[in-house]
Amino acid sequence: MAKREYQTVESGPKHHGEMLHPVIKKNYGQWKYHERPRPGVLKHVAESGDAIYTVRAGTHRQVTVDIVRFLCDIADKYCEGHLRWTVRNNVEFVTDKEANVEPMIKELEAAGHPVGGTGNSVSSLAHTQGWLHCDIPATDASGVVKSLMDELFHDFTHEEMPNRVRMSTSCCEINCGGQADIAIVVQHTRPPRINHEILKNICEMPSTVARCPVAAIRPTTVNGQPSLMVVEEKCIVCGACFGACPAMEINHPDYSKLAIWVGGKNANARTKPSNMKLVAHGLPNNPPRWPEVAEVVKKILAAYKEGGRDWERVGEWIDRIGWKAFFEQTGLPFDKFMIDNYRHARSSFNQSTHIRF
Amino acid sequence: MAENENTLNPTPNLDQLETGPWPSFITGYKDYFKRTGKTMVRGVLDQLNYSYETKMGYWKGGVVGVHGYGAGIISRYSMIPELFPEAKECHTMRIQPAPGLHYTSKHLREICDIWEKYGSGMISMHGQTGNLQLQGIVQDNVQECFDDLNKLGWDLGGAGATVRTGASCIGPARCEMACYDTLEAHHRVLTYFTDLVHRPQLPYKAKFKFSGCPNDCCNSIQRSDYSVIGTWRDDIQVDEAEVKNYLDDVGVAYFVNNVQMRCPTNAITLNEDQASITIDNSSCVRCMHCINVMTKALSPGKDKGITLLVGGKGHLKVGNMLGSVMVPFMKLETDEDYDAFTDLIDEMIDYWAENGLDHERIGETIERVGMQQFLDAVGLDAIPDMVKQPRDNPFFKADYEAAG
Ligand code: HEM
Ligand code: SF4
Ligand code: SF4
Ligand code: SF4
Ligand code: SF4
Repeated sequence: MAKREYQTVESGPKHHGEMLHPVIKKNYGQWKYHERPRPGVLKHVAESGDAIYTVRAGTHRQVTVDIVRFLCDIADKYCEGHLRWTVRNNVEFVTDKEANVEPMIKELEAAGHPVGGTGNSVSSLAHTQGWLHCDIPATDASGVVKSLMDELFHDFTHEEMPNRVRMSTSCCEINCGGQADIAIVVQHTRPPRINHEILKNICEMPSTVARCPVAAIRPTTVNGQPSLMVVEEKCIVCGACFGACPAMEINHPDYSKLAIWVGGKNANARTKPSNMKLVAHGLPNNPPRWPEVAEVVKKILAAYKEGGRDWERVGEWIDRIGWKAFFEQTGLPFDKFMIDNYRHARSSFNQSTHIRF
Repeated sequence: MAENENTLNPTPNLDQLETGPWPSFITGYKDYFKRTGKTMVRGVLDQLNYSYETKMGYWKGGVVGVHGYGAGIISRYSMIPELFPEAKECHTMRIQPAPGLHYTSKHLREICDIWEKYGSGMISMHGQTGNLQLQGIVQDNVQECFDDLNKLGWDLGGAGATVRTGASCIGPARCEMACYDTLEAHHRVLTYFTDLVHRPQLPYKAKFKFSGCPNDCCNSIQRSDYSVIGTWRDDIQVDEAEVKNYLDDVGVAYFVNNVQMRCPTNAITLNEDQASITIDNSSCVRCMHCINVMTKALSPGKDKGITLLVGGKGHLKVGNMLGSVMVPFMKLETDEDYDAFTDLIDEMIDYWAENGLDHERIGETIERVGMQQFLDAVGLDAIPDMVKQPRDNPFFKADYEAAG
């Protein structure tokens, strides 16, 4: 290799100063209030009286330079070359010219980018890497999102829910997708099958043993070679060992399933932040469209839309009506696996006579 | 298959993702392949189609990096290169975007040009941690690609046992709720920790997220070890005329049912005149609800700062943990404020680096050693804001001397 001439500059994150629209720069920190003129559009008004309009559109997240260049064209044409992304992979265009809003929406929609995701809509799903690029997934992510958002398209472009709905997907139980009002997460159902052939070559055994949260992994000898074994009664099929040691094959074309969790919320608004809870499991991992998952998600959304009161998030609606009513209204079966048996499980039991009949 | 031949192999499973109204990433990839003939894109499509058919993933990791750094590139090798040689190597470069994910088209076009030259042209905007992920490059091109990006001021993010790329909500750039400058804080703090971003030397990952108010739009409490949330400590600002307008607009019943009764601490009273309200600010827990609903009438107070919550993380290994309050209020405006903030975090990271087990996040370390020991180690006093309630189990050991 030729001698390296260039010296890296450890610059850290790029500064945002040069990225901001001039009207945003002028009114930085001086915003007074906002309104939502229509789904997908926000209007922010500053103390100075300046107003800006934001148009929010859905994207496929897994994009190409051509798609990014198209979005740049829109920004050049209507927004003096400024654009940004949201944490749920939506793209946002800000302009101070109200007249730009309609033509921008038309152009985005014509190119297949739906405008929406604001207010009480179902915003796009936060998602992970899946089969496209992660090394531990049992399912895909981009494909699940594409399939679900096709089904929930109306709810992205309309604000008809009691409050905002945030969803996520995760392609292994590590759950990079995170907590959400409704989350779709892979569920392993069988302890890892151990590939003793490759284990000794690719895995560091002590760190694999240490990775297990329930100490189910033990050293053993197989065909005279050091290897690992799993105490099946202890194993909670979390898949953590697979991340450390790919020879602990947790993924299975039939036994890796999908589970649905509800009621996660990070905002402090009204109620404190909460973790999501299990309401369906054992759903088939059925590419390319995962219809069984979509069906459950749509049932939950329909019941929430019907029964939720203004400002109630999914978890707050369930807190009011109770879990019994939740399972009745969604038609989902409750079973013994939904009773926690991990650490601190007792704190999830009903330690009162608060019961609804 | 000939190099640069502009035909794709059949992908019957993926083709089914090309119908329906939501944008299809498959169509995006195919269109791009048709224009450029980049064989890696075809290889990725072929391997993905095979995953859809067999319901298994086929990527494995390895080690790929750039000169001087220990992190930032996620290596990906196909496990079945004999089937899909075009996707044999397909690494991801994690780039730290500007705080708030703001761009200009000029900057993005520059990135696109470099990425088309050296890489596959596929991008994930953005990862769940907040990286701009350039997906699909071979090892031989990594250094030159990074150098070209770095010359324009872009840097790699974290991976493995490092401080990870930060995230921030849009904050004062466009939100009237922002109680501190999330973008500036993100930039300053991540720049301060740059060495820890690039060189793995911690027990495991450490994440910062910056939300401007308790609405926590960038999900810091659940997804970051150091969750920085804006708040205020004086009174909610009330615009009396707008309160009256709001009440005229929605009516008293709607106000009572949806604002007053939804206040978690009953801090809001509707006055006798039914045209004004009183807020008992000493009861208010700054949940944001009333401010979110009455955006014109109410706003956060003037004495603004942050709450620091520590220890949030995802599932592995003890289950989800939310960040918990370490510092209820701190100013984050002047250089001195920032120094005090980074000094405190330095103490926490040092303690964790010394005492954390391999692959243990700071929240798990705190749980294992106990909050008391952690507070002593980092020099914070115990205060009631740190707990929901004092302990309710009697088994503990107080200092002998104090018991005298
Ligand atoms: C070794 C294989 C792993 C791969 C390839 C991987 C990949 C990823 C990727 C691509 C992301 C999104 C990153 C970004 O957008 O910047 C991510 C995020 C995340 N990963 Fe992993 N991961 C791995 C292991 C793990 C493990 C073992 C854990 C848990 C112990 C984990 C927990 C998470 C969490 C919680 C997030 C989301 C964090 C956030 O948004 O704050 N990952 N991972
Ligand atoms: S959820 Fe699991 S499989 Fe999916 S990207 Fe995250 S670590 Fe990979
Ligand atoms: S799947 Fe989880 S519980 Fe089972 S052996 Fe692996 S790490 Fe342990
Ligand atoms: S967290 Fe608060 S300040 Fe930040 S964007 Fe959300 S509402 Fe605005
Ligand atoms: S911010 Fe929340 S706690 Fe405070 S007065 Fe408003 S609704 Fe009540």
